Amino acid sequence: MTAASVRVGRRGAGASLRRRGVGWLGFAPFGVYVVLFLGIPGVIAVASGFFAADGTPTLANLAAFTDPVILKDFWNSVWVSAVSAGVSAVLGALIAWALTAARPDGALRAVVDSASSVLAQFGGVMLAFAWIATVGPEALVTRLIQAVLHVDINGNGPFLYTVGGLLLPYTYFGVPLMVLTFLPALDGLKPQWGEAVATLGGTRLQYWLRVGVPVLAPAFLGSVILLFANAFSSYATAAALIDQGGIVPLAIKQQLTSETIVGVANTAGVLALGMVAIMAVLMTGYAALERRTRRWQR
Amino acid sequence: MTTLSPARPSLAQHGTPVELVEVVKDYGTGQRALDGVSLALAPGELVALLGPSGCGKTTALRALAGLERIDGGHVRIGDADVESTPVHRRDIGMVFQSYSLFPHMTVLQNVAFGLEMRHVAAAERRIRAQEALDLVGLGALGGRFAHQLSGGQQQRVALARALVTRPRVLLLDEPLSALDAKVRVQLRDEIRRIQQETGITTLFVTHDQEEALAVADRVAVMNAGRIEQIGTPEQLYLRPVSAFVADFVGLSNRLPGVLDGARVTVHGVGLEALPSGRPDGPVSVFVRPEDLAIAEDGLAATVVATSFLGAVRRTTLRLAADGALVTVQHAVDTALEHGSEVHVAFLGRPVAVGAR
Repeated sequence: MTAASVRVGRRGAGASLRRRGVGWLGFAPFGVYVVLFLGIPGVIAVASGFFAADGTPTLANLAAFTDPVILKDFWNSVWVSAVSAGVSAVLGALIAWALTAARPDGALRAVVDSASSVLAQFGGVMLAFAWIATVGPEALVTRLIQAVLHVDINGNGPFLYTVGGLLLPYTYFGVPLMVLTFLPALDGLKPQWGEAVATLGGTRLQYWLRVGVPVLAPAFLGSVILLFANAFSSYATAAALIDQGGIVPLAIKQQLTSETIVGVANTAGVLALGMVAIMAVLMTGYAALERRTRRWQR
Repeated sequence: MTTLSPARPSLAQHGTPVELVEVVKDYGTGQRALDGVSLALAPGELVALLGPSGCGKTTALRALAGLERIDGGHVRIGDADVESTPVHRRDIGMVFQSYSLFPHMTVLQNVAFGLEMRHVAAAERRIRAQEALDLVGLGALGGRFAHQLSGGQQQRVALARALVTRPRVLLLDEPLSALDAKVRVQLRDEIRRIQQETGITTLFVTHDQEEALAVADRVAVMNAGRIEQIGTPEQLYLRPVSAFVADFVGLSNRLPGVLDGARVTVHGVGLEALPSGRPDGPVSVFVRPEDLAIAEDGLAATVVATSFLGAVRRTTLRLAADGALVTVQHAVDTALEHGSEVHVAFLGRPVAVGAR
């Protein structure tokens, strides 16, 4: 190697380091933001589950997971999230499938894309109020059903204010989220796969059973996991509809603001630990499915 | 090299005649995609459909496959008209331009898929799929997935998948265009070998003239939804029937001339004109680079550029008479300096003529 090439090599390495340094500098504000408002609070919340009231480390707090009330909260969170994710996934997938018939660069796709992006983020007090105004005790649709069908959908009390009632708003923002996440997977289905099946002697039904559905399955399951996680961690809408506990995020709030404890210290931290554990399992599964989807639809 | 031995007779077959008769396809865009296309493939023949983008060659292949409904004419496979037969009952094999292997299946499962659709028993499926993979030289890769293969390997698997069902017709839709140059030539030769060994009637669509001339028994040149000429590669190259074919197939110099019966005069030189059906008068004359020579006498010209092509050299000259550029092919030992004055002569071979 000549002296000149060594010099060029060093200069090249220096430039590369500088470029990398500038890259990190650009990332720094976001990194600081994530660490301050997500990383540190998350670690504190989870770690607090492992400390006693006097600050000494302990595993005794984990006994909270044997408390029937907390177990019930977890069960409620899981089933409401699972059912709303399942229903949203099926409805969203059907809408996304119907959209594949529209031109990818057409107005319909653009409108549905934009609407889904907005509706998937629609939550909190506004969404709660929208549903109260629709199917609440004195709401428009409630009155209409009463007048036309003579059925009081709130006959056993306002169902919207129950854990089961959360299915409506959760499905409401789950469906557009499913459209957003599943449509790219449907677009990734190559028309040649269908044509290949046909030229090999297969029918359209055989294409869907043997190729379409199996290829879409990882993306579909990944989307279901995402919907589940979204519903599972949702707080604001539920808080606006339900006063006391019932699901884990509300139970955490209750534990933070109330003196009524289940007999262990830092119950909120223990609940957060449980949520983080479930979310970690979900996200690991989601990442694996996402990798497979990308590989199959390259 | 893998060959089809008597021990592996299942993929060899007697070819089936295939025919497109006055096929019309109109998308309603003002110009027909297929404007009365007629093309007959003899049993076991490989015909290449060659033409520029948008000429209708892929539409013709898809009409034969049943992937496009036709608006007129007939499609015959064997003795039967199949226009109303659905794709999955036409008994064809097809290889697509983009890789179309099923990503969730192994290579062996991909190849066996067509047999499964035909309800072939599992044990026989495995044997026949393995045999097809051996034929394309990928017998050891049956357990891999598509994403673990190179582009060339994926197209070989697609070829094995298309052949394993012993279809009556093999349709290849630009199967090499996504591959790099070296793999393209290798696979092109492989396709020809396999087609000859299996004896399957094959339609090969391509926009690459070198590919078409190298691989096909006959080539059909398409332009604007019509077939301009069907013939052997030699016929197309040496006896083009239209200016389009002369211009599209191989390199040609387009020079002004005057047609007079069977003779055409170019820059004062009289040459035999190939039949064109054109009236006498001004025409364009298509002269191959190898039909010109650097000579002592002839048209005065200046060397503009020269390129070494291995076995031959091609030199571009500017004619002194009208400033037109012509390309001459000559021996590599005739080295010409840029800017040097030379003379170029016609070798007197028949030339194609077309509209000026």
